[in-house]
Amino acid sequence: MLLTAALFAPLAGAVLVAAVPASRQELVRWLALAASLVALALAVAVAVRFRAGEAGFQLGVAADWVPSFGVRYRVGVDGVSLPLVLLTTVLTPLAIAGSWRSADRPRGYLALLLVLETAMLGVFVSLDLFLFYVFWEVVLVPAYFLIGSYGGPRRVYAAVKFFVYTLLGGLLMLVGIIALLYLHQKATGTPSFDYDALRDLDKAPATQRWLFAAFFAAFAIKTPVWPFHTWLPDAYTEAPTTTTVLLAGVMSKLGVYGFLRFSLPLFPDAARDLQPLLLTLAVIGILYCALVAAVQRDFKTLVAYSSVSHLGFIVLGVFALNVQGLQGGVFYMVAHGLLIGGLFFVTGMLEERRGTRRIDEFGGLQRSAPRMAGIMLVITLGAVALPGLVGFVGEFLTLLGAFLANRAYAVLAAVGVILGAVYLLWAYQRMWHGKLERDENRAVGDLTGREWAILAPLVAAIVVLGLFPRPLLERVEPSAQRVVEQTRQTSP
Amino acid sequence: MQLLAQATAEPLPLPRVDWRAIAPELALAGAGVVLLMVVAFWPGARRSLLAGLTLAGLAVAAGLTAWNWDLARVAFEGAVSLDGITRYARLVLLAVGVLATLMAAQGGGRPEGSEEEAPPEVFPLLLFALTGMVMLAAASDLLVVFIALEILSLSLYVMAGATRRMAAQEAAMKYFLLGAFSSAFLLYGIALCYGATGTTNLLGIARASVDPTGDGTLLLAGIGLLAVGFLFKVAAVPFHMWTPDVYQGAPTPVTAFMAAGTKAAGFAVFLRVFAGALGGMVVSWRPVIATVAVVTMLVGAALAVVQSDLKRMLAYSSISHAGYLLVGLAAAATVPAGISASMFYLLAYAFMVMGAFMVVQYASRLGPPHSEAGERSNLDDYRGFARRHPWAGALLALFMLALTGIPPLSGFWAKYYVFLAGIEAGLTWLVVVAVISSVISAFFYLRVLVVAYLQEPAGETEPAAGRAPALGLALGLAGVLTVAIGLAPEVLVSAARTAERILG
Repeated sequence: MLLTAALFAPLAGAVLVAAVPASRQELVRWLALAASLVALALAVAVAVRFRAGEAGFQLGVAADWVPSFGVRYRVGVDGVSLPLVLLTTVLTPLAIAGSWRSADRPRGYLALLLVLETAMLGVFVSLDLFLFYVFWEVVLVPAYFLIGSYGGPRRVYAAVKFFVYTLLGGLLMLVGIIALLYLHQKATGTPSFDYDALRDLDKAPATQRWLFAAFFAAFAIKTPVWPFHTWLPDAYTEAPTTTTVLLAGVMSKLGVYGFLRFSLPLFPDAARDLQPLLLTLAVIGILYCALVAAVQRDFKTLVAYSSVSHLGFIVLGVFALNVQGLQGGVFYMVAHGLLIGGLFFVTGMLEERRGTRRIDEFGGLQRSAPRMAGIMLVITLGAVALPGLVGFVGEFLTLLGAFLANRAYAVLAAVGVILGAVYLLWAYQRMWHGKLERDENRAVGDLTGREWAILAPLVAAIVVLGLFPRPLLERVEPSAQRVVEQTRQTSP
Repeated sequence: MQLLAQATAEPLPLPRVDWRAIAPELALAGAGVVLLMVVAFWPGARRSLLAGLTLAGLAVAAGLTAWNWDLARVAFEGAVSLDGITRYARLVLLAVGVLATLMAAQGGGRPEGSEEEAPPEVFPLLLFALTGMVMLAAASDLLVVFIALEILSLSLYVMAGATRRMAAQEAAMKYFLLGAFSSAFLLYGIALCYGATGTTNLLGIARASVDPTGDGTLLLAGIGLLAVGFLFKVAAVPFHMWTPDVYQGAPTPVTAFMAAGTKAAGFAVFLRVFAGALGGMVVSWRPVIATVAVVTMLVGAALAVVQSDLKRMLAYSSISHAGYLLVGLAAAATVPAGISASMFYLLAYAFMVMGAFMVVQYASRLGPPHSEAGERSNLDDYRGFARRHPWAGALLALFMLALTGIPPLSGFWAKYYVFLAGIEAGLTWLVVVAVISSVISAFFYLRVLVVAYLQEPAGETEPAAGRAPALGLALGLAGVLTVAIGLAPEVLVSAARTAERILG
């Protein structure tokens, strides 16, 4: 029940927010923040009740939803989904706080953010494939309106592209889910979308390959895996910055989570067969997007590409198909959410002050806003995986996993690490170091109290998890181990 | 010759009249007659009174339907059959009737009595059309099919041209000419089927169709012509040409009624004749229906993308939805789920599409269109609509998302169920086409949202429209049902399951 409460608390908040008259903006903001904090508190309670060291699903609830179709409401968390639930519930209040000052129809905006939170949480905790699909598609709607209604100048194009692209992937996955249902019905005589039941189903390798492809369409587009990433720079760049934080911080994890939760255990033979292909795509994504990021003039687009590049490491870790890689992948998902979220937050703060995101418009900000520069340095160094910060643990483990799987990929991916350091530090240097040449930059103020409240928890998490990754890793490990075992088995 | 001699020699045996079986139809027709009298002899009768009487008639019919709910029998020597399809179709059609009455009660245009407002005769006509529709869904004799189809068509021809606007007149004329043409096809098809099997009764045709000694070619030709007649009514490609013009030209309440009601009744009879009576010949007609389904889905969706008028766009979208329903029909002959999926689809679709037209009606009441004469249905008229009318805008978004098939709204389950039936029947390729068509359709449904939500309102602020209680109620009902069916589809799905058994 606790988990269900955490799942629907933001939705209830959204309904409340929508019921308040639009003119009462302060009330709307506080209500939205309160709802997201309630969700956070419930998620923390879930984490406290969670028993570390167990591989299976915990704190689950199951009930019938549409018995005619065999659709059930079944939710639960394991070591893979718990960190992502926490990440979502941590980032959402920060995003709400981040949009505190924007006066553009805050009621609708905040209500949509809360709906998005419920939808994304639903994806992480669903253990019925149909329920999973429903949440998967629901994510689209608030994201579409957030990008299209509140975004930048090319918002409509970006929103429609995002919507149609991901809808296509989702529908192909639906065909795959229906096919699984039929396999189940043929084998047992009853329709079921239950995760465990479908996993234990006997699936011929050829069938697995088709099903894998159908699920791959959805996950690869959502992640995105190169070359399915073309919607992303538009969507991330045009979306309002706090939306981008959630898109990059959480929504990008939906796809990788899908690979981990569904593609590997459900289609182990196909996953093993297609491992080289996936690893290749991941490495290409890491390198290609790093190069593209390096030449961006708009800092937000740079971060967007850097996000795709870093996601490549996560995909690499997941498809290494060993414990190190998977564990690293999950850890890196959390790290990526914190780091990319932080980068986008700072981008938004700069844009609020200067009205631009072009790197060459900045320079020497360290002098006018030293505290912000310091915070940004920590986040940037975390993103380039400096040991002692959160990014390092994730990157190290995923690369270790890849190395154990196949050395060549690890070596190539390591080049991506270097590239990442180059473009991020270069951008940092151009924006924050050097002389203060422009008067506008001289006038840039340092962090306000509200901005401290947003960045301090992020930076704290970046440092603490970097120094003490153990508590998180030991909760992830049993579940990651289980996924590896399930993937090793030939036709369960 | 021999037959003819027999017929003249003996008096025609009259079937026993089963009043209970056709009680809802009788109630509807009776209410129609009463309203006709009221309209004729009391010209000053208020619109709300007429609407109230119509609703009362519908309520009586609904009560009788409930009374007959568990009745499963063949009446009138096999001319009328009460089975799952009949009762589910009655449910759908009566709901459509209630919503259409509420829409018509609101009147068309803004000033009372303008040329946008349909005359009071729409109420009796609506009841007569509904009588035809309900009868069509229950008909299990081709002659009854024809009569029912004519009752509903003639009423609809008049309703389409009910307002004095030129476009409505033109729409009615076009609908009448092409409709008459399709009726001729249907009648010819009935004649050929009779020639091949010696009966117009569906049960008899079913028996004859699997009889190896029968005249297969003649029957096939008859089936083909029947299909043409039905495909015209449900607006499938290539018999869809009338749809956009008629949908656009007709008064919006009438359009909504046609879109939901004709489709429901048409598919009910289509299912009974093809999946039921001609189920034995599935190998002959399935490839044709499947091909038509593909073309209908894709052409409908592709042409909807380029429309700049909301009513026209909805017309093309309804063509594309006919395509999804044809997938259900193609599956229905071998897979019972095809029938229940189609029936459930019709129910869900009725509320979504009527809701969308209600929003058009709501917008039309706000004032004349920004461009040319007529109704406010050009997409440009909806710029920033949601910012000025948050509730109507939210409902518009709801209906568009439901039509796209976004979970957990009613349209999603409808599509899902049809896809499921298609895959079960081994028509996976057809389902893949349906998925592609769904993605294409996202473009035009989203475009409405783009215009209504993402674009700034054009120009001056509008004067607030007068209150619209009936339309508001209808909108609320359609919206609530679209969400409720989405969140809890189980009741209606399991009810549709009982429609799977066709009596003949």
